[in-house]
Amino acid sequence: MSNNTNRRDFLGFSFAAVAAVGGAASLVGMKQAWDPLPSVLAGGFTDVELSTLKPGNPITVKWRGKPVFVLKKTAQMDKSDRDLIIGTDRFTVAIGLCTHLGCIPAWKTDVWKCACHGGEFNASGKQTFGPPPKPLELPSFSLKGTKMVLGETGPEYENIKNAKA
Amino acid sequence: MAKITKANSLGEWFDQRLNTTAFTKVMMTEYWIPKDINFLWAMGVVLAVTFKILIISGIFLMMYYKPDVNMAFDSVNYTIMQEVAYGWLFRHMHGVAASVIFLVIYIHMFTGIYYGSYKKGREMIWITGMLLFVTFSAAGFSGYMLPWGQMSYWAASVITNLFAGGSLEAWGLVEWIRGGFTVNDATLTRFFMLHVFLLPLAIIMIIAVHFYTLRIPHVNNQNSADIDFDAEAEKYLSGDKKGSKVIPFWPVFLSKDFAVLGVFFIFYFYLVFFHFNFAMDPVNFDPADSMKTPAHIYPEWYFLWSYETLRGPFFDMMGMKAADIGLIIFGMAQGIFLVFPFLDRDPDVLPAHKRPLFNIWFWLLLLDLIVLSVYGKLPPSGANAYVGFAATAVFLALWAALPIITKIDAKRRGAV
Repeated sequence: MSNNTNRRDFLGFSFAAVAAVGGAASLVGMKQAWDPLPSVLAGGFTDVELSTLKPGNPITVKWRGKPVFVLKKTAQMDKSDRDLIIGTDRFTVAIGLCTHLGCIPAWKTDVWKCACHGGEFNASGKQTFGPPPKPLELPSFSLKGTKMVLGETGPEYENIKNAKA
Repeated sequence: MAKITKANSLGEWFDQRLNTTAFTKVMMTEYWIPKDINFLWAMGVVLAVTFKILIISGIFLMMYYKPDVNMAFDSVNYTIMQEVAYGWLFRHMHGVAASVIFLVIYIHMFTGIYYGSYKKGREMIWITGMLLFVTFSAAGFSGYMLPWGQMSYWAASVITNLFAGGSLEAWGLVEWIRGGFTVNDATLTRFFMLHVFLLPLAIIMIIAVHFYTLRIPHVNNQNSADIDFDAEAEKYLSGDKKGSKVIPFWPVFLSKDFAVLGVFFIFYFYLVFFHFNFAMDPVNFDPADSMKTPAHIYPEWYFLWSYETLRGPFFDMMGMKAADIGLIIFGMAQGIFLVFPFLDRDPDVLPAHKRPLFNIWFWLLLLDLIVLSVYGKLPPSGANAYVGFAATAVFLALWAALPIITKIDAKRRGAV
């Protein structure tokens, strides 16, 4: 009797062990099946040539499906510790989604103004009016001369990020 | 081995093999429902039939719908709406049924709350019912994404963003759910799978459990009378149909349900043919564009009250960011109804009009949900923001008060 019970227990435990390992392994597989595909990840980088920008005229580039604002500041615009400095030029780089509810603000003379709820961001991307709780987000980037690669992480990005924090 | 003899009819042939006579008795002709009920007890069958309409219209939509970001919008707005014979009808039936089913779910839920049909053995009925509410909500959300219009895209964007957990900034989780940095092709196709397969399958299984949970504690009645179902069934079967307090599910109860169903169908098809627009947001007739946000983003009407609890707290409090407080209250609003039976500390099952404080609580909750829904649709600016905040605070206060007021009611009655 006890002999039989032990054998049955052994069979039960060995099945449970095999099932647990297999179950855990398939969960890992299923998790990875939902990860962003390599082609999506590879498309996560966008090049921006900074030397062609005109001061005071921001451009909007599409990066990872989001708008990114790149502005070459004019001499009149105030300096900020989150400026990207190349030589004597100062740039503002920011994800163009309002930090309130995610609408896309539009450039009006010298501020980004959000049509949704009236939020305003200055030329440095700082919130100056309305409901936005924080400045525009900083996208990760690296610099190769005057070419900026959005999506990579370079020392210039780290510097601005640390200055921000 | 079953006793198989030569069958004299098809029915007998099946009966010998599948025991159909006994099965019909258990499921239909000797499944007992109390007599003391009203039309609100028909909502379960109304829901089951509306769900069936969703499945059938959904099957026809699925035959032409294309879950691809480049084709989805046109497959709905051109192919289905203009080319497929009666495609417009299937779409409007599907959209209107998806909206109306939530109205009936809310009626069904509040009937249960009013008559106390969630306690003293009926907890599992309530819990499985709330699981159905959650799965239906997920199905509604995933389905709303499929036409791939502006509202589809931005609703999907905002809702998947919630999984970042506010200040937790869990963007990895959000990107995993989306299968990309933003809502994209992979997101559309996986939500299509959820909408047409996994969620309906889960719903069907939970419905089966939901029906089963009724078997042991039985359906409640208008006066919450404790009925001896075996004795009353005996009475009915022995011929005293008038004296018995119960009726069989089939054909007596269902015949009354079908009458209510008839009225419901007239209302439903009136909406389908003459007022389908309420379920078709005009903003969603612009194709999805990740570089352009609609001026004002809002969910469908049935999500508005919980959406407003998310937006309600608009200023920082107690060292927490407004957005985080909103997220916590929103999360709580999703889960709190699930534990309703355990927050009600009154041991008796009684309709609300026999529980003085609970009666006030019930109507306040209903009113508060309506206020939250109305202000969830309005832009959150000026005075609107304060009304939304106040209604959110009332919502929280009501749940905090529930265990206390139910206990007081019970004490005054002398039940505890």
